[in-house]
Amino acid sequence: MAARSESRRGFLRGGLRGLGGALLAGAVWARWLQSESRAAPFALRPPGAVAEADFLAQCIKCGQCVQACPFDTLRLADLGDEIPLGTPFFVPREVPCYLCEDLPCVGACPSGALSPSVQDPAESRMGLAVLVDHETCLSYNGLRCEICFRQCPLTGTAITIENQARGRSRHALFLPQVHSEACTGCGVCEKVCPLDEAAIRVLPTELAQGKIGGHYELGTENPGPRGGFAEPDESRPGAAMDYLNSTGAEVEP
Amino acid sequence: MKARPLWMRRGLQMTMIALFIVSSRFGGKVGGAAVLAGDLSASRILGMVPLADPLAALQIFATGRLPGPDVLWGAALVMAIYSVIGGRVFCAWVCPVNIVSDAAGWAHRRLGMRRGATIPRSTRWWVLGGSLVISAVMGLSAFEFVSPVGMVQRGLVFGGRAAAVAMGGIFLAEFLQLPGLWCSRLCPLGAFYSLVGRRAAWKIRYDPLSCTHCGECKVVCPEPQVLDLGAAALTGRVDSSDCTQCGRCTELCPEGSLMYAWRPPSVAAVSKEKS
Repeated sequence: MAARSESRRGFLRGGLRGLGGALLAGAVWARWLQSESRAAPFALRPPGAVAEADFLAQCIKCGQCVQACPFDTLRLADLGDEIPLGTPFFVPREVPCYLCEDLPCVGACPSGALSPSVQDPAESRMGLAVLVDHETCLSYNGLRCEICFRQCPLTGTAITIENQARGRSRHALFLPQVHSEACTGCGVCEKVCPLDEAAIRVLPTELAQGKIGGHYELGTENPGPRGGFAEPDESRPGAAMDYLNSTGAEVEP
Repeated sequence: MKARPLWMRRGLQMTMIALFIVSSRFGGKVGGAAVLAGDLSASRILGMVPLADPLAALQIFATGRLPGPDVLWGAALVMAIYSVIGGRVFCAWVCPVNIVSDAAGWAHRRLGMRRGATIPRSTRWWVLGGSLVISAVMGLSAFEFVSPVGMVQRGLVFGGRAAAVAMGGIFLAEFLQLPGLWCSRLCPLGAFYSLVGRRAAWKIRYDPLSCTHCGECKVVCPEPQVLDLGAAALTGRVDSSDCTQCGRCTELCPEGSLMYAWRPPSVAAVSKEKS
């Protein structure tokens, strides 16, 4: 009897030890995955890449996009790249994406991590170019640089030049401005920026962009989500002052 | 001269890697399409036939996502092939980590190393289950993120330090501690392929009539638990799907009792034939 309870105790102890070991190992594994995937927020992915969380789950790490890229823009992350191992990325300052007409990288992807629904290279969104440093940008220093504007594959739509009066001189400033609705994040601007360290850089879109709350009414030139100012209702005195409160209480005229 | 399975295995392993490297780095093309694009996780033969790692595809499913069509078809094709020729044929005939593991085992025996820490052979089932459960919980392909097999085979094709670290790690662990520590006890891909190959047609045939029970086969076998000769005498073959069909036993068996065979006939059928 004693021997039996002894062996039962031994079995229980062994089972618990095994379960504990499995749970501990699982927790360490999961934590490792979490920190690996957090390493990714600065990674720029190939054209057509699905949202980063989906991309990390979907990409099978076969490198066929890398092999299909004719400019050797793409490479697979190795130890020390601070990007999950084996996933494709590019560094625009080294080699930007030249937006091949037929997007061979997307065609080569077997896993759905690069969505075949992106067929026009101008529709790809690898990130967003941001003029991160006005202090060093030559255009902001009054020089006629504008190289990023002229080399941009979507020049005039993704990057425009806005003139601005300069107080201390009769000459205007010619300032590059990026437009998120057209910028593909290809990184040619970052590559060609003549500074020692680029003043314009491609960032993943979610790091680069703010978001206007739906409750703001913007001016007529830049209508907000609710369509800008309402036309005054002339049939009702006082209504012109009252458009913001159309659902609220009456205001004395 | 007998064609040695060892050299045939090394030949196939090297040829696969060489085709990947030639396609990837030296622009090896036939009719405009890469001979063998990609790497062992997913590839395409001559731009037409997709192949994919079925366990990687399964992990994508586990995260609640549908893999792309080429990964789906490729994984199905790979499963179909290995379910006929034997799942762990991948381990002994294709996987490049096998070369590292065999080298470590050879050095371990040659230098008369003592066995170090051991873990049960069943651990790999836990790792396989864990990689699917953790994929589902974390929404990431859990094993693919940390797989030394992936690091090695990817590194051989694309270069990189991760491959050297993974190869060195597996070599040292198997050389210093225990031969087969990774391949037979931890690797979930090997465990998965064991499942795939359960009903394979290509097996090691066992002839109990000529066997002298000298035991040499169990000494060289990397998975000696599969050589349960009592059970094999009843079925006429090595039935365990843990068998990698590496063929070490066929090379060595002095009586020729163990041999590769396509659909080995059962012992009952053989003895009926003889009478």
